[in-house]
Amino acid sequence: MDDFLAARLQMAFSLGFHIVFACIGMVMPFFMTVAHFIWLKTKNPVYRDVTKAWSKGVAIFFATGAVSGTVLSFELGLLWPKFMEHAGPIFGMPFSLEGTAFFIEAIALGFYLYGWGRLKPWFHWATGVVVGISGLLSGILVVAANSWMNSPAGFEFADGQYFNIDPVKAMFNDAWFSQALHMSIAAFASTGFAVAGVHALMILRNKNVQFHHKAFKIAAIFATIAACLQPLSGDISAKDVANRQPAKLAAMEAHFHTEKSAPLIIGGIPDEKNETVKYAIEIPGMLSFMAHGDFKSEVKGLDSIPKADRPPVAVTHYAFQIMVGLGMIMLGIAALYFFALWKKRNWLAQNWMHKVFVFATPAGFIALEAGWTVTEVGRQPWIIHGVMRTADAVTPMPGIAWSFYLFTAVYISLSCIVSLLLYRQITMVGRLYDSSTQS
Amino acid sequence: MLYVVIIFLWASILLYVLLGGADFGAGIIELFSSKANKARTRRTMYEAIGPIWEANHMWLIIAIVILFVGFPKIYTTVSVYLHIPLVCMLLGIIARGTAFVFRNYDAVEDGMQKIYTPIFTWSSLITPFFLGIIAASSVSGRIDTQAADFLSAYVFSWFNLFSVTVGLFTVSICAYLATIFIIGQADSAADERLFIRKAKRSILIVMISGGLVFAAAYADQIPVFNWIFGRLPGIVAIVSASISLLIMVYLLDKQKHVWLRLLAGFQVTMILFAATYTHFPNIVLMKHGEKLSLLLHQGQAKTIESLGYALLIGSLFILPALIYLIYIFQTRKPGSEESGH
Repeated sequence: MDDFLAARLQMAFSLGFHIVFACIGMVMPFFMTVAHFIWLKTKNPVYRDVTKAWSKGVAIFFATGAVSGTVLSFELGLLWPKFMEHAGPIFGMPFSLEGTAFFIEAIALGFYLYGWGRLKPWFHWATGVVVGISGLLSGILVVAANSWMNSPAGFEFADGQYFNIDPVKAMFNDAWFSQALHMSIAAFASTGFAVAGVHALMILRNKNVQFHHKAFKIAAIFATIAACLQPLSGDISAKDVANRQPAKLAAMEAHFHTEKSAPLIIGGIPDEKNETVKYAIEIPGMLSFMAHGDFKSEVKGLDSIPKADRPPVAVTHYAFQIMVGLGMIMLGIAALYFFALWKKRNWLAQNWMHKVFVFATPAGFIALEAGWTVTEVGRQPWIIHGVMRTADAVTPMPGIAWSFYLFTAVYISLSCIVSLLLYRQITMVGRLYDSSTQS
Repeated sequence: MLYVVIIFLWASILLYVLLGGADFGAGIIELFSSKANKARTRRTMYEAIGPIWEANHMWLIIAIVILFVGFPKIYTTVSVYLHIPLVCMLLGIIARGTAFVFRNYDAVEDGMQKIYTPIFTWSSLITPFFLGIIAASSVSGRIDTQAADFLSAYVFSWFNLFSVTVGLFTVSICAYLATIFIIGQADSAADERLFIRKAKRSILIVMISGGLVFAAAYADQIPVFNWIFGRLPGIVAIVSASISLLIMVYLLDKQKHVWLRLLAGFQVTMILFAATYTHFPNIVLMKHGEKLSLLLHQGQAKTIESLGYALLIGSLFILPALIYLIYIFQTRKPGSEESGH
């Protein structure tokens, strides 16, 4: 394997791993504090049990997210030193603020996890809220740093030199809001569906049904609200990408030729050599409408981009199709769930309703990874859009393939252990957390 | 503002060595405890560091962010030429951080504990070992930016007697910090005697490994002796650390737990001071005499300014919260309610 590819794969793996743990560690505290709030208000012990069970999940995911995040802060330099040498001082602002937010999260989590019976009940609850808010903030800040790579701002560039650096402008670049919004909602949707799915499965298995019902409901409501909001934020993102990174949008849509009233291409197999897409469904004018809000407008195709500056089309297109497809499925499930809440309350207790959620357990995370692939692969060949190429940023050290194998092995074994831990936590609910069944 | 940033960098490295170091030390002394004592050491340590253990490791992130934002040339040079020890340290960090939660949060205590515990204890040793190697290699003048072959560019930059002995010295410092810290956490007189014995042993090991560092530096022709004793502040730091060590040995079995911790912290601070002061403002010394300096290789003025403000504002939030966290869990012994398992 060549070193450049190995470096990209190692970065992709590290981020792909971190993103799952970071999202769960960021969103679960919100579920946990909602359950905690209901417990403090109603004194119904089931909610206390749910809170405690979830807080263990938060601890496991936070710790895993924290170490994989620490690794990433080093990997940026280990793999992409030429990028960091120039980009560090420009896009470092969100990282330095993120350091604070993350630190606060760690401190608040210390209070929360060890605070049972030691802190005043509402103060204890508030520390949980701080965990959630600071976690969300650090997520937003990290995405702001990533969005700078898509939408570089806050500096001037000439003759390989970067000057007039303004870190605040760099942080509030054009893409930060749409990306941070889309990522935050994605975190809620994916974690929500994953958690709801697990509890739905336990309900179907008829284990600690009351416990899992309460837990399911909290997670399902977060998940479904997020699933309804996500297409709206996706629309903001699409319009933004169309303006800023036409090459990325063209790759997402496998849109090879610049044209007016451009059709939306659904599915299909892009053929990059002949610049065509086979077996796709086309909706006339729809892409023009989605990109610019006008069915007649012109959408730039890949033919407007020099060959050397085009992102890989097939990967970006497939990933985008997966993300949107799963997003639509989750939206459908959300609509069904809200309809049941509103008109058909008896559906909520039906087995098929729980089966639907079990089916959707991984949907959010697959969509999340696919979306991440779209934004990262769609930015190629640039590491800083239009300024620095990824190939020029890679470390001069040979043998990165070995490092890639090593980290892959570590991350795979970690995923296995975390899965085992979760499996045990979930199957042991009756003995560990559910006070109605504890002996 | 540049000096504010430099002070934050130094302080976060110091706090990582002190707090993170004591954490690593907990794993190291568990590794070297006899079977009978392992459980006692582990339980006492868990109660002591449980609530703050995540926060202790945040100092490393703060330090690394300061480096890559404020001093990118330094960050990238070290990243390129010390790639291998950095990767080893990272593997240690991953293994340790996750094994710590795994063994405390696994719902079933079974054979898996036999996997988590060695991972935890060995990675507690490996991480500071490589941290020491990295610190030593940044000043040992072996980083060769003109090297033509793999070994001299990426291996001999850190693989030498001096760096390895500094790695061992760092490990022994961590163990030492943990043993001093744990004395005050003992629940019974018997435990306390056990931990005092461990503390005495760790003091001895620190002195031996410290001696080895000087010997290795002599063998590798690195003028460490001159660096530290060549200027007055270095001499003052080492002499006052030695005096405080004598006071500490005297106080060891006199129940002065807070004093013990303060003195141990003071000694390690003085060692770090003596080791860094002598090079300031340089932070990386390379083979052909090139030096990377905190006062020459920093980012542009606006970057340093915003970084400084971010750190100042951040510390307004972090420090009070952290102090309150430590205060609350040090003054209140665990309640009746089970919290960890």
